[in-house]
Amino acid sequence: MSAPAQPKPAVVDGRRDTKELVRIEGVHKYFGDHHVLRGIDMTVRQGEVAVLIGPSGSGKSTLLRCINHLETISAGRIFVDDELIGYHERGGKLHELHLKEIARQRRNIGMVFQRFNLFGHKTAVENVMEAPVQVKGQGKAAARRRALELLDRVGLSERAYHYPAQLSGGQQQRVAIARALAMDPELMLFDEPTSALDPELVGDVLNVMKDLARSGMTMVVVTHEIGFAREVGDTLTFMDGGVVVESGHPREVIANPQHERTKGFLSRVL
Amino acid sequence: MVMTAHKAEAATAQGGAPELIKAVPVRHPGRWVGAAVILLLVALGIQSLATNPQFHWETVALYILDVNVVRGVGWTLLLTVLSMVLAIVLAVLLAVMRQSDNPIFRWSSWVWVWFFRGTPVYTQLLFWGLVTVLYPTMSLGIPFGPALVTWVLEDPTRGFIPAVLGLGLNESAYLAEIFRAGLKSVDKGQAEAAEALGMSRGKIMWRIILPQAMRVIVPPTGNETIGMLKTTSLVLAVPFTLDLTFVTNSLANRTYLPIPLLIVAATWYLVITSILMVGQHYIEKHYGKGIESGAPPVNPAAAKAAAAGTAPTGTAPTGVEPGEAIPGGPTVTGKDIEESGR
Ligand SMILES: Nc1ncnc2c1ncn2[C@@H]1O[C@H](COP(=O)(O)OP(=O)(O)OP(=O)(O)O)[C@@H](O)[C@H]1O
Ligand SMILES: [Mg+2]
Repeated sequence: MSAPAQPKPAVVDGRRDTKELVRIEGVHKYFGDHHVLRGIDMTVRQGEVAVLIGPSGSGKSTLLRCINHLETISAGRIFVDDELIGYHERGGKLHELHLKEIARQRRNIGMVFQRFNLFGHKTAVENVMEAPVQVKGQGKAAARRRALELLDRVGLSERAYHYPAQLSGGQQQRVAIARALAMDPELMLFDEPTSALDPELVGDVLNVMKDLARSGMTMVVVTHEIGFAREVGDTLTFMDGGVVVESGHPREVIANPQHERTKGFLSRVL
Repeated sequence: MVMTAHKAEAATAQGGAPELIKAVPVRHPGRWVGAAVILLLVALGIQSLATNPQFHWETVALYILDVNVVRGVGWTLLLTVLSMVLAIVLAVLLAVMRQSDNPIFRWSSWVWVWFFRGTPVYTQLLFWGLVTVLYPTMSLGIPFGPALVTWVLEDPTRGFIPAVLGLGLNESAYLAEIFRAGLKSVDKGQAEAAEALGMSRGKIMWRIILPQAMRVIVPPTGNETIGMLKTTSLVLAVPFTLDLTFVTNSLANRTYLPIPLLIVAATWYLVITSILMVGQHYIEKHYGKGIESGAPPVNPAAAKAAAAGTAPTGTAPTGVEPGEAIPGGPTVTGKDIEESGR
């Protein structure tokens, strides 16, 4: 896992010179007859921030959820850290992984949801401690200390003993980020983390995410916050109708989109 | 923030404290009439209870703490508690099976509920009573192998196990539906967030879903427990003859004084129900954590230190500072907005 506050490595040819942490190869996804992902190829290198944009229903959430196997894929392969997600390949055949193995793979991948999904019956600090204690078997005292540190890092040490219902949306989302970080993941997935928030609360969450990006965390972020993509994004990928229409350096894609669909979408969100 | 600014402005504009409203409240004569009628009826009732000799209060006093009656209370309580425990265990299982990916599990859970909810509990109790005639001894051991423990069930406690089975199995069908509704009431995002953290299925159920489902499950289950307390009076069908209703009935038959013994039984049922209601209140409070926002956040470390009369030293950044206003609810206070405005 990359230690926080590690300087970002050198950038070569617009992309980082690090190993490929996420490799998505020819991924298709059907919901019944509904062909939602239609052959997605994408890589995210270690330390990169990959921003995904696209119109509603284009399959962004589905793709993100496939990366940690919350959805099963219908075709293709997804590798995280060179490990095939959800399956085991033996003798040219795919075998489903045992639930325990899938859980082990997920520990390495943090996820932040649009609707926060904090555990409602637990305080902020208990939310953050839950997985380290229950999944990693960490001691309670150590987990609590770490949880309070993480809450401090997202600017919420004063709210540690509040229940989610006693927190604003922006505060809840920052607790959710701390909760995901508590597992020391190598990769963080964000599914529209700010779109359920009142405008004045968006900034705090984005600031926490920017700090995280600068500390070297590998992130895949679905968002409509183009400013965020421009500021800390390494790649910007535009999806529509279940395919990647265009991908490149955020500033280039935003300033000079190559496809009509990208142009149309950007003109609507900018 | 905005609101405080307004208030401050208004106060300074008038150059002092605002004049508080002292309005004359609206009169409600109807309420007074209603209350008077009710009080009159209560007084009449008490007068009749006290003066009508048919109530035989001396007999009530004689039997309320009679050793057989108190034993009956004990058996009734034991029947209630054990059949509810059996029902709850089965109901959790049934509700989880109902959500399973395995169609056999789903189907058998459905059939169970269909059968036990669809037949009268009296019939079921009769049936379990007859089973003890078919199998007068019960043994625990290896299927088709040797028995390890054997009970010979003797009269009159011999009806106890069939009574618990009958009551518990019947109740499990009702509770299963309550638990199913409870599990469904928990947002799917909760399980998803826990899955994404790498928690196992069992832990997600026990630590995340069930505790939150309890908020929906506890009130109707409390209802069912009180219902069960009274349903135990049907165990004479088994027959089991040591429970409160049977004991007071037979005393009534012996003394030819049914009314005072009915009062004895009713008093005890009321007492137990009241105790159960108190218990339910505390269980509801426990599982309301985080939802009922009335309780202010408590920092356990600081609370412990305060109790010990020392200041917390060298602890990690803690929750609420002394003297800091505690937001009482989910509303966003001025302080929150101020904080997020940084
Ligand atoms: N569990 C599901 N079952 C069936 N269809 C689904 C399911 N989840 C998503 N879909 C469908 O898949 C398509 C892509 O959905 P997805 O949520 O990935 O879109 P999105 O790009 O994230 O959109 P948005 O910006 O609205 O979040 C949609 O047409 C949606 O209706
Ligand atoms: Mg989405």
